[in-house]
Amino acid sequence: MSQETIIEIRSLRNSFGSHVVHENLDLDVYTGEVLGVVGGSGTGKSVLMNTILNLRHAQNGSIQVFGTEITTAGQQTISKLSRHWGVLFQHGALFSSLNVRENVKAPMREHTDLSDSMMNELADLRISLAGLDPDAGAKYPSELSGGMVKRAALARALSLDPQLLFLDEPTSGLDPISAAAFDELILELKETLGLTVFMITHDLDSLHTICDRVAVLADRKIEIVAPIDQLLHCSHPWVQEYFHGPRGRAALGTGEV
Amino acid sequence: MVIEKPMAIADLQLQVQTSQDKVIISPIGDWLILDLPKVEKQLQALLKDTKTKEVVFELSGLGKIDMASAFVLSQLISYSPNPNSDEHFSGNHPYVRQLMQAALENSNVCLIPPPRPHFVDVLIRIGHAMEDMWADLVGTFAFAGRLFQTMFRSLLHPKRLRWPSIFSIAEEAGVNALPIVALLSFFMGAVMAFLSANLLSSFGASLFTVDLVGLAVLREFAVIITAIILAGRSNSAFTAEIGSMRMQQEIDAMKVLGIDPFEALVLPRVIACVLMIPLLVFAAMIAGLVGGALVAWLELGISPSLFISRLHAEVDIQHFWVGMSKAPVFALIIALIGCRQGLLVEGNVESLGRRTTLSVVQALFAIILVNAIFAMIYMELNI
Repeated sequence: MSQETIIEIRSLRNSFGSHVVHENLDLDVYTGEVLGVVGGSGTGKSVLMNTILNLRHAQNGSIQVFGTEITTAGQQTISKLSRHWGVLFQHGALFSSLNVRENVKAPMREHTDLSDSMMNELADLRISLAGLDPDAGAKYPSELSGGMVKRAALARALSLDPQLLFLDEPTSGLDPISAAAFDELILELKETLGLTVFMITHDLDSLHTICDRVAVLADRKIEIVAPIDQLLHCSHPWVQEYFHGPRGRAALGTGEV
Repeated sequence: MVIEKPMAIADLQLQVQTSQDKVIISPIGDWLILDLPKVEKQLQALLKDTKTKEVVFELSGLGKIDMASAFVLSQLISYSPNPNSDEHFSGNHPYVRQLMQAALENSNVCLIPPPRPHFVDVLIRIGHAMEDMWADLVGTFAFAGRLFQTMFRSLLHPKRLRWPSIFSIAEEAGVNALPIVALLSFFMGAVMAFLSANLLSSFGASLFTVDLVGLAVLREFAVIITAIILAGRSNSAFTAEIGSMRMQQEIDAMKVLGIDPFEALVLPRVIACVLMIPLLVFAAMIAGLVGGALVAWLELGISPSLFISRLHAEVDIQHFWVGMSKAPVFALIIALIGCRQGLLVEGNVESLGRRTTLSVVQALFAIILVNAIFAMIYMELNI
């Protein structure tokens, strides 16, 4: 099957001083897929995401998103691109001086000329779609629980109906029921809207239920990218330990403890 | 460049055919949120029509559509008793009906409380401000009481005092503030000398410049300048440090571990300030006198040796003690208010900013007020 690539990373190099995080990293993300990114702590998953989002400048290599080179792009190009991607940060990163509805409206305010009443209606739609109660709209981020912050942040990420969604540990800190509901929600969005999702996660359940492919970050590069059932047969020691450890076995339901 | 439209996009259009009891709406092209403003007015006008007439969507011309657009279209059939029935749709589209259904199910309006009338709001805010002021005053005294209690306990067990912490705060709040305090006090002394030189030389009494500069710098300026600088510099730093520790739950961690935050955070800051600020005030006095002497020399030709001997003869040592006596009190105010506001920070960034501002404002207010009280007391005592 011929697939369009939406993100194309070639020989990326990232380092902090003498500490090299990424070296010769290649990765393709195809349109319409959910790509899970896994890796041990400190392997630079978030650094990779920040580099794709142009929050960090790579030392070397090329990154193309929607066919546009990110590493040399100017401020205007990035601003245009940002209409087509949505980002859910690990801790939500909601604007603390705005209430939830205003947070969700913020991207629309910046990028569209819709009337205020229309933006309110659309914001309320996202809030409801993200699974929040109608009375959450008036609340400020400091009044929300951890799960509600994630939902509100997802509502903001989806505010402009992006084609590409970045999620940084979307289910961390959620109880298993909310986490499962979150997975469900992302799957639904992907199926109805044809969203492409780039998801950093440690949640073996989400990897199993919603990811089409899983990329493993190890030894400063993407070690393997494959559907999860192929990954199980991979011989890389870290991958073996990750998926065949006690937690991995439990999540995949592969029996023997 | 492909950015503007990452995937080929057909322009959106809205075609409407209205008959007596029926509206046929044909969305054409790709409907994406960034293009929605183009048809917003048209849709709003339609919304009036569709309340009374039957609506049919002709979907065969529709390309891609996103959630926002599906929601906007779905509002046109939200009055229908059965918006999902086939009678509202003709032609096929792979997913728009799913989206519209989801949009209709989720079209709850968030309840945002309406803003209060302006005038009532002003009254309420004044009331709250008065209440807060009183509560702050009581709270500050309670805090001071708690501090003295902790201090006495610690003085009984001097080993419990956190000397490393006291010394590092003394360096940061005291030694590092020396250049700025000395420099500003130097300029204040110089300005004072300029002013009095101009005024007094017209009476032919320019030698009295020395008395005036000596009196003003020793009694008031040095200590006030030092206190104001430290209120801006250290007091705000204390609030921000302790406040961000609160935000990171470090204070809670201390309490759980059985460490008294008063003993660990507040007391070292208070002790460091009370030790260092008198020294800073002394430095400020010297710098202020040097500034005054320099101007007197250059402007009036009063040599430094004459300045010093005149100072000795005419300015009593008691003025020096009056200035110095205020220093520890101001130190206490600065450390106390800074730490108290820091401990009052809640879990969010806004509260940190508000508390830091409040801390500086309260400290400045308290310094000026207490200085006035000192002036009245010393006047009654004829000192």
